[in-house]
Amino acid sequence: MDVCAPYVARARKAGQFVIVSPDEERGERIPLTIVDGDEQKGTIRLIFQRVGKTTSQLAEMSAGDCLGYVAGPLGKPTHVERFGVAVCVGGGIGVAPLLPITKALKEAGNTVIAILGARTKELLILEEEFRQLSDELIVVTDDGSYGRKGVVTEPLAEVCRRERKPDFVMAIGPAIMMKFCCETTRPFGIRTQVSLNTIMVDGTGMCGGCRVEVGGKTQFVCVDGPEFDGHQVNFDLMMKRLAAYKDLEQKAYEAYRQHRCRIGLDRSSNP
Amino acid sequence: MSEISQTLKELLEKHRAGQLKPKDRFAIPPQEMPEQDPAVRRFNMNEVALGYTEEQARMEALRCLHCPNAPCVEGCPVRIPIRDFIREIAEGRYQKALEIIKGYSLLPAVCGRVCPQEVQCQEKCTVGLRFKDVMKSVSIGRLERFAADRAGEAAAVPEAGESTGQKVAVIGSGPGGIVAAADTRRGGHEVTIFEAFHKPGGVMVYGIPEFRLPKAIVRKEIETLEKMGVRIVCNFIVGRTRTIEQLMKEDGFDAVYIGVGAGLPKFLGIEGEHLVGVYSANEYLTRANLMKAYQFGEGADTPIALSRRVAVFGGGNVAMDAARMALRLGAEKVYLIYRRSEKEMPARVEEVHHAKEEGVEFRLLQSPKRILGNERGQVVGVECLRYELGEPDESGRRRPVPIAGSEFVLEADTAIVAIGNGPNPLLQQTTPGLKFNRWGYIEVDENCRTSLEGVYAGGDIVLGSATVILAMGQGRIAAAGINAYLAEKRRRGAGA
Ligand SMILES: Cc1cc2nc3c(=O)[nH]c(=O)nc-3n(C[C@H](O)[C@H](O)[C@H](O)COP(=O)(O)OP(=O)(O)OC[C@H]3O[C@@H](n4cnc5c(N)ncnc54)[C@H](O)[C@@H]3O)c2cc1C
Ligand SMILES: Cc1cc2nc3c(=O)[nH]c(=O)nc-3n(C[C@H](O)[C@H](O)[C@H](O)COP(=O)(O)OP(=O)(O)OC[C@H]3O[C@@H](n4cnc5c(N)ncnc54)[C@H](O)[C@@H]3O)c2cc1C
Ligand code: SF4
Ligand code: SF4
Ligand code: FES
Repeated sequence: MDVCAPYVARARKAGQFVIVSPDEERGERIPLTIVDGDEQKGTIRLIFQRVGKTTSQLAEMSAGDCLGYVAGPLGKPTHVERFGVAVCVGGGIGVAPLLPITKALKEAGNTVIAILGARTKELLILEEEFRQLSDELIVVTDDGSYGRKGVVTEPLAEVCRRERKPDFVMAIGPAIMMKFCCETTRPFGIRTQVSLNTIMVDGTGMCGGCRVEVGGKTQFVCVDGPEFDGHQVNFDLMMKRLAAYKDLEQKAYEAYRQHRCRIGLDRSSNP
Repeated sequence: MSEISQTLKELLEKHRAGQLKPKDRFAIPPQEMPEQDPAVRRFNMNEVALGYTEEQARMEALRCLHCPNAPCVEGCPVRIPIRDFIREIAEGRYQKALEIIKGYSLLPAVCGRVCPQEVQCQEKCTVGLRFKDVMKSVSIGRLERFAADRAGEAAAVPEAGESTGQKVAVIGSGPGGIVAAADTRRGGHEVTIFEAFHKPGGVMVYGIPEFRLPKAIVRKEIETLEKMGVRIVCNFIVGRTRTIEQLMKEDGFDAVYIGVGAGLPKFLGIEGEHLVGVYSANEYLTRANLMKAYQFGEGADTPIALSRRVAVFGGGNVAMDAARMALRLGAEKVYLIYRRSEKEMPARVEEVHHAKEEGVEFRLLQSPKRILGNERGQVVGVECLRYELGEPDESGRRRPVPIAGSEFVLEADTAIVAIGNGPNPLLQQTTPGLKFNRWGYIEVDENCRTSLEGVYAGGDIVLGSATVILAMGQGRIAAAGINAYLAEKRRRGAGA
């Protein structure tokens, strides 16, 4: 969705995110990557996947509605330089935040190979945008309903084995996908950057809830990241922390769904 | 007429006749603060201390000896004329009392509640000294709170000064920022507060819990600022949304007050600190206070751990708040683990007392060594070490020394780290030319002026983790500095 946030639109850089909440008083604060923006119009573009209550509330908003608030841009911008051959790997909703980074890498003069993965054809997003941006595009789906059947690490391994080895890999997606992308590139010694999607509260370095272990040291994703050297990240720890509120959130989501159904508002809209 | 009223009447008559001798005043019992029953309040978020009744306040006020040199004033960082406002309360002139206080402190309803009085104004009180017990001093804080609660509704909104056409940016809406905004607005400038969170108030809204400082009080002070014409912009992170340089060079701000606090949580650096169920006190309290996680599933959407057994590490106000919050969120058992003895605890005496009453179990001279987890990465316990007190260290407090081989395990499913905060590096990274000391705090002179022209700073980002009243004091000094600086700038502008 496009959000009017002139300050953010003016200051944002590739790789940064915002904290949004649908409701000022009681809403949850969630981080979403700024996918694109228009400084003139003062808008930013957010693309999100409906996974729980807050993202559902956002999905059910209509054009012209007001968000509770938007704060940002947060996090350090992506470090972009001319690496040579850059591979951009996106899984699921991770494809969205990958877009501005891919754009920046291309503009910096890199040869871009994009690998996009989705569970199934319907869930694949932004394919056209990536096709235009990249020198080579590989699409995979888990169920083989579109593109190659399989997971993103397979084409990634092939690309790594090519004679012209990539110089840089950017991987964004579910934690488990990023973990295995890093395992894939590690033996080749290719620098691999990941963008972590930990649970956040403030997004300004105040709570420590987003902390991860990188190279044995504590880092805050919201201020030290969100991007890190993937080979240094302790993904196992991060995945455990991501699941911290699973049960509670499941309950909130179900309660919310039931409530929507009862009052007849539930429309399964896509963002 | 109730008994207390009769006594009060007699005391007042003697007082007015100038016949109430120190001996009579000493004989008045210190007035107990009416409080919610501990067994009830540990299950609700409502304020614990209910406030003096009118009669209690006047009785307490009569305990004041009206010392000619008023030593209490020296103990107050902003030098409120304590003796004078207490005299007004004794006479029942609450409005007058509040006016006196407001000349020095903008937030009496807050300070009366959260100041560590026993090491400030009340420490110096002659009455306490006479009884050799600071807890028997005149309850200055409670009287200050009484005046604010009682007369605050009717208090007039201070007027903005005559317009100067100059613009002041205040970064951060904590107590220091609130005072700096009010005072520069009174100086006639156009004032904008930029706040990173979605609600203004700083630690007073995200940190200090509702049961100790009702949020309605802070909201009212913020509304007063707005009525004075101060603009408040939330969700604006200076350093990210705009830098200080941009605010001054591109957006036309003539002066800046930095009051961003010290909000970066410290961790212990022990094994297991990344487990699920380990919180910084900041995160725990923010989820609970600002995001109202205690109403999760009943309107609020931010979750918090449903804990049974909670271990809190630390001995300051933050640790007390986290421990008492954990009880209110339903924990059956809350341990407060502190390395030194109770005497060294930096928390307000009243909070320690309240925490104990509510059932927090104090584990003194103990410290966590590592946090234990299960295969799902969740906290299951804390391994602690016992300590004893050795020789005094630089701070004058006796240094805790671990006792070798004294390890033991406490069962817990949640651990809250409340060992202090440091400065957030964001402004340091984004403000070239601004001088910081080696701990990352901003360097200022006695007028709260930083190394950058027109930029002033105060509160926790200068002092390290301090107090509400000290932050307010600095906000006031900085505002005076800004007003003078801008007047000078106008003069130069007019002369040129
Ligand atoms: C820097 C950053 C950028 C992000 N950018 C985007 C983006 O551009 N688009 C997008 O769709 N999402 C993005 N996310 C993830 C997004 O913030 C979460 O999906 C969102 O918080 C879920 O909120 P909810 O209330 O709808 O679901 P919840 O009820 O909070 O959670 C539902 C389920 O999702 C899991 N979950 C919770 N938080 C996260 C998380 N941060 N990441 C993965 N799973 C989570 C929970 O364990 C739970 O099972 C980003 C996260 C970060 C940290
Ligand atoms: C849990 C807890 C309990 C406490 N109890 C007591 C007590 O009982 N008595 C007492 O006297 N003191 C207490 N204190 C300390 C007291 O609250 C602080 O000393 C005081 O609030 C500091 O005020 P400040 O003006 O420096 O700003 P703060 O209150 O620290 O507020 C700073 C504000 O600036 C905002 N900010 C930060 N960075 C940026 C940025 N880049 N851009 C925009 N805005 C930004 C923050 O979001 C915050 O709202 C307690 C503190 C805590 C955490
Ligand atoms: S502001 Fe604080 S220190 Fe000063 S008189 Fe009031 S309670 Fe005491
Ligand atoms: S020191 Fe105590 S008794 Fe003396 S004026 Fe102050 S409050 Fe009153
Ligand atoms: S989200 Fe709170 S410190 Fe990163």
